[in-house]
Amino acid sequence: MQTKVIKLLIISIIIFIIGVFFMGLNKSSIYDTKSLEGQKITNIKLEHFSKKILLTEEYLKKKNFTLINFWASWCAPCRLEHPFLLKLNSETKLNILGVNFKDKKNNAINFLNSYGNPYDELVRDDLGKKSVNFGVYGIPESILVNKDLIIIKKFIGPLSNEDYKIIQKIIK
Amino acid sequence: MIIKIKIKILILLAIFNFSIVNANNIQIDQSKIFKNIRCLICQGQSAADSNSEFAQTIKLVVRDQIKEGKTEKEIYNFLVEKYGEWIVYKPPLSKANFLLWILPYLFFLSGGFLIFLIIRKKKHN
Amino acid sequence: MLSNIGNSLLFINILLSIFIIYFSFKNLEDSKKIINRNIYNMCLIQSTSIIICFFTLIAGFIVSDFSLINVYQNSHSLKPIFYKISGTWGNHEGSLLLWVIILTIFSFFFLFYNKNHPKKYRIYTLITQNILIIGFLFFLLFNSNPFSVISPIPKEGLGLNPILQDPALAIHPPLLYIGFVGSSIYFSAAIASLLTNYSGKLFARSIKNWVLLSWSFQTIGILVGSIWAYYELGWGGFWFWDPVENASLLPWFAMTALIHSLIVLEKRNQLYFWVIILCLLTFILSVTGTFLVRSGILNSVHTFANDPSRGAYILIFLSIMILVSVFLLFKKFKSENYNLNSDSKETFILINNWFMMFYLITVLLGTIYPIFTEVLSSHKVSVGPPYYNTVIIPIIVLFLFFMSLGPQIGWIKNRYIDLKILVVILLGSIFINFLIFYFFQSYSLISNLIIISSFFLILSSLKDTIKLIKNKNFNYSRIVSHTSFGFLILFIGLNHNFSSEKDFNVKLGDTQKFENFSIKFQDLQQKEFKNYKAVIGKFQIKDLQKNSEQFLNPEIRIYENPSTLTYEASIRTELLRDYYITMSNIDRSDYYNIKFQKKPFMMWIWISVIFISIGGFLRLFQNANKSY
Repeated sequence: MQTKVIKLLIISIIIFIIGVFFMGLNKSSIYDTKSLEGQKITNIKLEHFSKKILLTEEYLKKKNFTLINFWASWCAPCRLEHPFLLKLNSETKLNILGVNFKDKKNNAINFLNSYGNPYDELVRDDLGKKSVNFGVYGIPESILVNKDLIIIKKFIGPLSNEDYKIIQKIIK
Repeated sequence: MIIKIKIKILILLAIFNFSIVNANNIQIDQSKIFKNIRCLICQGQSAADSNSEFAQTIKLVVRDQIKEGKTEKEIYNFLVEKYGEWIVYKPPLSKANFLLWILPYLFFLSGGFLIFLIIRKKKHN
Repeated sequence: MLSNIGNSLLFINILLSIFIIYFSFKNLEDSKKIINRNIYNMCLIQSTSIIICFFTLIAGFIVSDFSLINVYQNSHSLKPIFYKISGTWGNHEGSLLLWVIILTIFSFFFLFYNKNHPKKYRIYTLITQNILIIGFLFFLLFNSNPFSVISPIPKEGLGLNPILQDPALAIHPPLLYIGFVGSSIYFSAAIASLLTNYSGKLFARSIKNWVLLSWSFQTIGILVGSIWAYYELGWGGFWFWDPVENASLLPWFAMTALIHSLIVLEKRNQLYFWVIILCLLTFILSVTGTFLVRSGILNSVHTFANDPSRGAYILIFLSIMILVSVFLLFKKFKSENYNLNSDSKETFILINNWFMMFYLITVLLGTIYPIFTEVLSSHKVSVGPPYYNTVIIPIIVLFLFFMSLGPQIGWIKNRYIDLKILVVILLGSIFINFLIFYFFQSYSLISNLIIISSFFLILSSLKDTIKLIKNKNFNYSRIVSHTSFGFLILFIGLNHNFSSEKDFNVKLGDTQKFENFSIKFQDLQQKEFKNYKAVIGKFQIKDLQKNSEQFLNPEIRIYENPSTLTYEASIRTELLRDYYITMSNIDRSDYYNIKFQKKPFMMWIWISVIFISIGGFLRLFQNANKSY
């Protein structure tokens, strides 16, 4: 009797492990931080792009929603998402904060002159350290936060048409 | 005979104490922390081993935090909060990871016990 | 044309395997005691045709026949010929062909060399092995065919990954496959043994040389992989506990346990079922490793390109293997009367197995744990070097002590170990450790224990050697392997504690001071090579204490096909240490990021592992000279 129980146990463990392996095959192996939505962002001290002031949490509480977009002039995919940012600029309920990531001032200005400036406000992160505070690990990335500074959605990579529609839906 | 053994044990302990005193490093080991952080955009490298954009940035941030006086644990907590548990190579001891840390030693102890039983069986025979 | 030849040969091999199985079953019903000549011939033809098939693929690579998708994806006409050839097995499909070759050749030679063993046992081994062969051939032919064609024929190939163009990596797969793919033969033999109730000493004798052979090659295979990682990947380490590395280590643990248990089975006719479990486990682990690495289920630095359909096939194959093994074991299991002598060598071999299983479970658990957390909780966790090092290293200390004691004890209970000498050796080890500690630098408690226990093993092995020489005993193999293992742990421990590194940013012309070194960024050159452009930095390393200097030249290589950037470390190997430097450019800046490392005893780490496997080859050679 005892051996039967042990045998059943061994077989169940094996079937369980094989089952998990099968299920694991369907999961994507590429990691992203989308699961960190719902967190509150803290400790915001961002250098303004041109003026000598600091932007803090107060700025983010002004409007109901703020889209924080991390970009740089040397980032090719950033150009892909630019049209969507320009469209979003016209949304009254949404504030767009641009974070210029590890970039040179002149290059950034030239970029915005060529492709348009969708940002309500622009800050810079010369060394990339401030972006770590937002859990950013590559550009372009965009984070949608609400008035209470909770991250509602993270967009890894350039904004697509679906992302644009999702943002529109959320801010309504 | 017993006295000889005692002396030897004392010598052993003395040497070990010596080593513990000297090895007590209160200073934070920067390199160790870098080696424990995963470079998120690489295919399996630590921040210490990679020079990607992300690795460089993370190293700067960690260095700043060390200067501010943060402990190793605090730095890892910060990174895990921002990037998820995936970013540290040493799985934190949480309820979820409990099994991971316990199972090997559980096996080790039961294996030893098993061998003890087998050998004892013979002694009784 | 090559494609047709290749595909036909694959198809012929499937047919041959089916015929072999059919005729084998027929031969079983036969009352004759010898195996039909036809079966031998078919096996010979089978081996020959699969080798020709392999050469066909190699030919495709050599002539750069881009009509073959495999050649197109993995080669380039400008590739040096050596790497064109090694590119054959440096990809998923080609390496599977290598799997089948090893399976086939081992099948034939096992049949051939086991003439003194019962017909039924040999036939069932052959049948099982051929079922495995068919399984892999189906996989090859229908899912991962190296001979599939593409039309229109591309003008040029996509090229082999430049980091794979390395001599160590070229021989790494063949060596490793003789190891863990070769373990298939004793998997099949174990199944046959269960089916025919052929157990005990004779069974042990049948498989022991095969276990030794695969173990020795597996050891070298793992070593070569580490050497490649050290020289090519540019981080200065040689083991990262990456899933692909773990996949090669898991069968190694099982094989080591098996080698030791076989001794008990042969000498004392004990532990039969445990030996069977280990035989089945080794190849199961091999296939599991292949599954983990090729299915894309795990994130790894050395993965092949991923494809879920491959994963599904391998997993189904693996599940069948496991379930069949388990059912057969359950059916045939008879509780043995353990007649083990306590305080004898058998106990210590059991202890060896106990530790090996501990290492195995730890590494397996660490490797597959992320899969479980992701599937069961959508939560991704990393299990990296800190986990494995923390869990395993303390246990190694104990392991080294047991390794020293085990061989000293005889098979019969009444021989006592010379305790006095051992205590002297222990004190000697503590003293040597103390010297190192005192004259060089201090290190952690666990490092102390590691150094002491490895010296204990080395010194007691030396004492054993003296005893062997006195008794004119020529069984050196065990001493060679065990001592080398002691040295390996010693050198790894010393290397870990005495390595130093400095990570800094410099401009051309700058000098950086570090410990007793002064590092000057002397020169920067750009050179063009056959298939890449190189930015070469020249660094002068001055040792201010010894007043010596040397030059290291790290490179940044820009490849075209495929478009990649690699960082080539510049390594200077000396007897006692390696100097290691890597250079990478910092985007949008004149500065370069330099990592300079001083790594003691690197060469000795490699040499230790080579000698561990030499012990295996020595024993194999000695065994081969006796008839069994």
